[in-house]
Amino acid sequence: MAKVVLKQVTKEFNGQQVVKGLDLVIPDGSFTVLVGPSGCGKSTTLRMIAGLEQATGGEILIGEQPVNDLPPGKRDVAMVFQNYALYPTMSVYDNISYGLRNRGYSKKECQVLVEEIAEVVGLAPYLKRKPSQLSGGQRQRVALARAMVKKPQVFLMDEPLSNLDAKLRNQMRVELTSLHKQLGSTFIYVTHDQVEAMTMGDQIVVMNEGQIMQVAAPMDLYQEPDNLFVAQFIGSPAMNIVPAAEREDQVWGFRPEKALLRHAGVSSVGHADAMDMHGHIVSREILGSDTLYHVETDKGRVVVKTDTESLLDAGSAVHVTVPLSSIYVFDRATGKRIARAENGVRQQILAGGVV
Amino acid sequence: MRQAGLTAWKTVEWLLLAAVGLIFVFPFLWMFLTAFKTMPEVYQFPPTWWPESWQFQNFEIAWSSGPFLTYVWNSFLVAAGILVLQLLTGVPAAYAFARYRFRGREALFGLTLIALMIPAQVIFLPVYVEMSHWGLVNTLWALILPYGASAFGIFLLRQSFMQVPDEVIEAARLDNASEWKIMWTIMVPMAKPVLVTFGLFSFIYHWNDYFWPLIMTNSNEVRTLPIGISMLKAAEGGKLWNVIMAGNMILVLPILAIFFFAQRHIISAFVYQSK
Ligand SMILES: Nc1ncnc2c1ncn2[C@@H]1O[C@H](COP(=O)(O)OP(=O)(O)OP(=O)(O)O)[C@@H](O)[C@H]1O
Ligand SMILES: [Mg+2]
Repeated sequence: MAKVVLKQVTKEFNGQQVVKGLDLVIPDGSFTVLVGPSGCGKSTTLRMIAGLEQATGGEILIGEQPVNDLPPGKRDVAMVFQNYALYPTMSVYDNISYGLRNRGYSKKECQVLVEEIAEVVGLAPYLKRKPSQLSGGQRQRVALARAMVKKPQVFLMDEPLSNLDAKLRNQMRVELTSLHKQLGSTFIYVTHDQVEAMTMGDQIVVMNEGQIMQVAAPMDLYQEPDNLFVAQFIGSPAMNIVPAAEREDQVWGFRPEKALLRHAGVSSVGHADAMDMHGHIVSREILGSDTLYHVETDKGRVVVKTDTESLLDAGSAVHVTVPLSSIYVFDRATGKRIARAENGVRQQILAGGVV
Repeated sequence: MRQAGLTAWKTVEWLLLAAVGLIFVFPFLWMFLTAFKTMPEVYQFPPTWWPESWQFQNFEIAWSSGPFLTYVWNSFLVAAGILVLQLLTGVPAAYAFARYRFRGREALFGLTLIALMIPAQVIFLPVYVEMSHWGLVNTLWALILPYGASAFGIFLLRQSFMQVPDEVIEAARLDNASEWKIMWTIMVPMAKPVLVTFGLFSFIYHWNDYFWPLIMTNSNEVRTLPIGISMLKAAEGGKLWNVIMAGNMILVLPILAIFFFAQRHIISAFVYQSK
């Protein structure tokens, strides 16, 4: 068990900086998820922690020890790859024991440890098989067992579930989370799937273009995004962004489920505690218990999520009302969030910004 | 209609294969049959197919006309020694060419490919001079050392090492395996089909090689089987074809045996490769 610290870590490929000065503390025993769009440098960051890529600049510490110059095998980390990366010519048993043998464990010790792990991940009947004779889910378990058997301080996982079908993926998510609780080691998990990030992580690191956008617990990330990027990246469907009522230098955002939708016929009185827009429904998606409405308003296209109880038809004229407390204010130029106390939403609406 | 066309095509295919097969098998068959004939029968015209009586003593005559056991042993030492050396040099070279980025890599690999195109006959003179400088002429070393690195082997192995996914090697590095260990426990087993192919090719080539031992050896203690057999011809004035063919049978028998026993492995090696 150990915490992992990145200090001003950068990585260049062919003179192009793909990781731009990361400062990050990954607490001991945390389940930290790196999430962000494709190409933002998640895998590169993880691989630098593993030692598979040399950092161009900065310092990486694992449990207080600087590891920049340590080879991967000496960092006391284990990694699970997206495509499993099992040794195809070795049996499941040899796949799991390979790392132990290379660390000088005797045959007897290996056998005890491998059999113990095989029991935990449910591979006991398959130890003699070759990876090619296993299903995708079983291969994933071998990869996990291979990492677990070394009892590393840090587990690194790069999209380990993305090759599994939806059902198995859900099941493995639950298993990984409980595994993390059981082992108590530090997990660093890379994914581009925000649902995976939100359900598994206790600390989420949102990255974009080689930089950290925000580090927070899942619910904080959702409720208090630091900037436009995080606001729009986390949450599905994404946060609606509309121009601010008065000020040119701001934009406002609100979550689709925080808006109320009413028939235009119902009288609407603007008041200081809500933003009101009107428009008409362009399309409707029924998702089961929820319904999504795409509404063309005078402030642009927005999405509203409601429960399915009373359906409105496409084409209907509607009011969209958003309580003031649900409005997020961002600086238009920098994308930075402006804190509630000083964002002036109420003043702007009172000043006649009600539409 | 389509069925009939397909059957016709299959028949043509089989006939072609049979014809090609016959062309390859006929010399072996003729060698085999001649090895059991009497001298007069060998020269008989029109020739007989089947020996009138099976002359097993031809083999005895061939075997006892020289130190054949020594020849066989030498041939084996040379062919096996070359193969071992070629793997010891070729596996690391191929691994480096396939997996490392270093200055001059392309140029060095280009040189290796050029070596592939130079036949032994072109360079035997300087190599001979070198060997004689080292006092190795007329020893088995002169037969083994010049072939200790195979450009062909390096080329084949490099191709197959390049197919190994990066992640597998990275996983091994995380498992604390040294480069040496990765090479022999990860890369080599994954390249097994290519290794089997190359091993057979190299072993057979050097087992059969006539030119190089002819130049480098001049005493029975270090001669190899092909030279021993050619000396049957010299000793008997080139007339005893039945004895020579018996000698040739002794030459090819071990190779046929290897094929016979390794067949399953060879086929599975190729099946694995094409998967
Ligand atoms: N070996 C390399 N050589 C050159 N450029 C590279 C190399 N590896 C990664 N990159 C570049 O670095 C950037 C970040 O790549 P990285 O693999 O870290 O992205 P990622 O966040 O993991 O994306 P994804 O979700 O698609 O896996 C990309 O623009 C990629 O093209
Ligand atoms: Mg990636």
